[in-house]
Amino acid sequence: MDAPTITDIAQAEQGSSLWRDAWLRLRRNRLAVFGLAVLTFFIVIALLTPWIAPYAYAQQQLELGATPPSAAHWLGTDIFGRDMLTQIMYGGRISLAVGFIATSVALLIGITWGAIAGYFGGKVDALMMRLVDILYALPFMIFIVLLMVVFGRNMLLLFLAIGAVEWLTMARIMRSQVQSLRQQEFVEAAISLGLSPATIIRRHLVPNALGPIIVYTTLTIPSVMLLEAFLSFLGLGVQPPQTSWGLLIAYGAETMEEYPWLLLYPGLTLVLTLFSLNFLGDGLRDALDVRGAKD
Amino acid sequence: MVPAAHMCFRYSLDYMITMRLSASRFFLSFIMAATLAACGSGESNVERGNREGILHVGNGTEPQGLDPHVVTGIPESNIVSALFEGLAVKNPYTLESEPGVAQSWNISEDGLTITFYLNPEARWSNGDLMTANDYVWSWQRALSPSMGNQYAYMLYPLENAEAFATGKIDDFSQVGVKAVDDHTLEVKLNAPTAYFIQLMDHQSTYAVHRPTIEKFGKATDRFTPWTHVGNLVGNGPFRLKEWQLNRRIIVEKSNTYWDKDRVQLNGIEFYPVENISSEERLFRVGQLHYTNSIPLDKIPVYRAMENSPYVNAPYLGTYYYLLNTNEPPLDDVRVRQALSLAVDREQLNNTVLHGTNIPAYGITPPGTLGYQPPKVFDYNVARARQLLTEAGYPDGAGWPGLELKYNTSESHLKIAVALQQMWKDALNIDITLANQEWKVYLDSVDQMDFQMARRGWIGDYIDPNNFLDLFLCDGGNNNTGFCDPLYDDMILRQAPRAASREQRYAIFAAAERRLMEQMPIIPIYTYTSNQLIHPSVQGRPSNLMNHVNYKYITLDSNWQAEE
Amino acid sequence: MWRFIGFRLLQSIPVLLVVITVTFFLVRLAPGGPFSSEKAVIPEVKAALEEQYRLNLPMYEQYIAYLADLAEGDLGPSFKYPGRSVNELIAAGFPVTAELGFYALLVAISIGGIAGIVASLRPNSAQDYIPMSVAMIGICVPSLLMGPILILVFGIYLEWLPVSGWGDMPGDKILPAITLGSTYAAYIARLSRAGMLEVMSQDYIRTARAKGLPEWQVVVRHGLRGGLIPVVAFLGPAFAGLLSGSFVVETIFQIPGLGRFYVQAAFNRDYTMILGATVFLATLIIVFNLLSDILAAWMNPRLRSQYGGR
Repeated sequence: MDAPTITDIAQAEQGSSLWRDAWLRLRRNRLAVFGLAVLTFFIVIALLTPWIAPYAYAQQQLELGATPPSAAHWLGTDIFGRDMLTQIMYGGRISLAVGFIATSVALLIGITWGAIAGYFGGKVDALMMRLVDILYALPFMIFIVLLMVVFGRNMLLLFLAIGAVEWLTMARIMRSQVQSLRQQEFVEAAISLGLSPATIIRRHLVPNALGPIIVYTTLTIPSVMLLEAFLSFLGLGVQPPQTSWGLLIAYGAETMEEYPWLLLYPGLTLVLTLFSLNFLGDGLRDALDVRGAKD
Repeated sequence: MVPAAHMCFRYSLDYMITMRLSASRFFLSFIMAATLAACGSGESNVERGNREGILHVGNGTEPQGLDPHVVTGIPESNIVSALFEGLAVKNPYTLESEPGVAQSWNISEDGLTITFYLNPEARWSNGDLMTANDYVWSWQRALSPSMGNQYAYMLYPLENAEAFATGKIDDFSQVGVKAVDDHTLEVKLNAPTAYFIQLMDHQSTYAVHRPTIEKFGKATDRFTPWTHVGNLVGNGPFRLKEWQLNRRIIVEKSNTYWDKDRVQLNGIEFYPVENISSEERLFRVGQLHYTNSIPLDKIPVYRAMENSPYVNAPYLGTYYYLLNTNEPPLDDVRVRQALSLAVDREQLNNTVLHGTNIPAYGITPPGTLGYQPPKVFDYNVARARQLLTEAGYPDGAGWPGLELKYNTSESHLKIAVALQQMWKDALNIDITLANQEWKVYLDSVDQMDFQMARRGWIGDYIDPNNFLDLFLCDGGNNNTGFCDPLYDDMILRQAPRAASREQRYAIFAAAERRLMEQMPIIPIYTYTSNQLIHPSVQGRPSNLMNHVNYKYITLDSNWQAEE
Repeated sequence: MWRFIGFRLLQSIPVLLVVITVTFFLVRLAPGGPFSSEKAVIPEVKAALEEQYRLNLPMYEQYIAYLADLAEGDLGPSFKYPGRSVNELIAAGFPVTAELGFYALLVAISIGGIAGIVASLRPNSAQDYIPMSVAMIGICVPSLLMGPILILVFGIYLEWLPVSGWGDMPGDKILPAITLGSTYAAYIARLSRAGMLEVMSQDYIRTARAKGLPEWQVVVRHGLRGGLIPVVAFLGPAFAGLLSGSFVVETIFQIPGLGRFYVQAAFNRDYTMILGATVFLATLIIVFNLLSDILAAWMNPRLRSQYGGR
């Protein structure tokens, strides 16, 4: 490991004051804090589900059928007599996993793309961003439907397909960040030191662009989760015997008249998660004072 | 659409500027629209239909088409049977054959020749008289390989029909159907076929109007517009009036139909409502006279009603799981038997299926034209465990796993999940579920790319043969690998030559016993038809084929709701 | 201006070609053919079917033949519905989807626009938080949840509105339009609020106020034109989103539109229908994006020179 460079020290100083300020500002935003709390709570539960779920996932009691919430089953049971709370917990694992993983895919592609375009500028930039613009215009739902239908429904493909849709905005954000950072002295210094573009991007540009990236990541996750819910609703996403919140809502919608709790509780959970992510994202945006297109 | 709501939607850029004003106007008109809708918006379809003699029917999916030699589904046949008529029709109460285009027929002593005498008053909807040649031409069309008629095999009892349909001969005059004169049709069969007259009510044996078809292309072209409104010429009690894609199909009473005096309805409207929950709601608000089916979870609600519109009746079909007998571990008959014996069909039926169906222990539905299938086994967990141990998997040890394929559907999933658990509990073995959507699933079954696959077989005519000939060695719909030459012999040679119905059924029972002892399938239940029928509908009784003969239906125009 | 339009149009053609090609080959790769059926199809029949639909030709030839037909505007016969061309099916389904999208957009613009403008007038007050939180509901309650809930409340419990169909019963267009429009209402609210906030802090607004104009005139006459530019620019992507959203809404409310046709065609492996619908929709989206960009550029000359126009 080489000796700390001027840039590293400058960064460290810059970093701590930036992040501490942001954190203080965030703490004051009550909605964002609420969102963070709820999100953390859900994530923890999702991680611990196999140990803390009240019933086994596949345990069914056919004679019981669908029952409303009771002492034995806090959120009721579905038509197989399976505990809804357990279903929602396991479904949450999948929904949140899709959300985070697909977003990571989008993040990876988007950051790389945007950084390269922003760093090199000129023709490279023009070509890469034109591609982004063109892709932006396409009806992605159509392609995803087609992809899922053609290649069958496996989870990996789902992550990739969804991630491939969401990277565009990320690329744009990263590019504009990189463009403005590019002009700064520490980048000039790094170039004159002879560092390769890859190193510069990795060590200097990305960390400095983290602010907007974090914000948009937080706002991409709910989009992704929604996309998964849509696909599962149409029968193209997660497949039984696995479950996700989207699937639970789809099943619940069919029997919502007789058994409204089958729709309400998964729905409520999804909505809460989406609210939390959105509030958090908005709070982060205000805290980090990021400006940009609000879509 | 309500005028008030229209007002708020007359949007333009100017309105955008005076947004505050239009905001309140928007909300006001929204409330008005909602109130107006609540205040009762006129007659329901059922009320108006009863008055006008129009039947409103929930018909499942949008029909693929209306060409009798092309379409294969039930929603299509519901409409086709209103627009066309076969040589014979069925009485909806007894399912006995009644005169259709043929006013009478004569079966020879040896059962090999049938002579149909056509009604001289039978006409096409454009006024042309029907002739026996119409049938010769139409059956040639139905059997031509280039037609792609997936029900061509309905006519295979005819001499040389199969050879013509598979391209082995291309001279149709060798096929056993001749027009003796304009109104006499002579049919020659390969063997005495007890159910042949029944087949005359199946759409693939209907006659079609040659001049109309040839006006739009070759006889065997599949996608010509001859079936569109204004072009279609049929010979049935109704005529095609309107076809709004994905919305409704309207047929009206035909005044060229020979039996038009017996037709009480003035018209029928078919609605392609795919979602069964929506269909049930439409029925509830009085938009449909009867539905195509009913969501499982609504059944207890309707059962509990007095004078319930819910109708549940035996239906000629069996729901079963195919077992690929070529694939381990299913190549061992003990494993197959163990799986079947471990299924508690009664419990499945009473819980997940709300008691609507009938547990099945064989392939043929009980009571098929008086035939009772033998019961070769029963629910017996102890015996199942013993069999599994003998096969080499004591208490599930060493079980290699088994995959069940089924086509995506709420009910198939429910049954699969329930059975998965039953097998786990009784035998301690794991079954994985793989759902595929319809087309992919069909291919998998067709190519035997499965270990266990869900299947349903609905009878096309009422005779045990329709079910038992599934498992012939080269049966196209066998899909299990089961092949027993003695079984083939019993079905193909012995049964048709039986001296009496008792003897024939005895042979069938023996064959079915042989079949079920080998257990190439796991029968689960015998279908029942489940639907909602409005009390103002008369003349639509339940029968084994859920067959509707529109000539018998009347609507009670004096029917009033009791509340 | 014309150069801008021309340039964009020229760009669209290769895009369309890529869309067509990718879709064509994707669809052919799908397992399960259009003619699989429950009753086994004898090989001769299957061969005859494949010949009629050109499926027995090598892939490349099928592709060329398809392009040739496409150039004449013929999208081919549907596999699932023999006797109907894809053009017919699209002509039957698209007007419905367009109407649905239009009403949804109206709902979105009116509710979203008002909420955002009202919120922007008094930032960080209750007047700001309340409409924006309500707008959040549109984003966080997806249509696949909002639809069933609206059906449950307004259709089943209160029995005010019909729960399915389109144009069959009075009032059956209201719930679907709201369901589809609510998400976009939320986005438009945010966009208009942001746009208005930025505009209202400009100097010329202060000038207008100093001139003694009543506040509402300041907002309406001077603020809106600039403040709503982001909304107009958003219309392009919104249109694409509305089309995709219609898949789900049409399924929930049983609306006979193109979205539902499309999903069915995908499941049915109706190759020509899938292709035709994709080409049609992609073309529409491209055109609409172009229009929205032109409108935004017209409203703001600065955008014209900017690369990409968004």
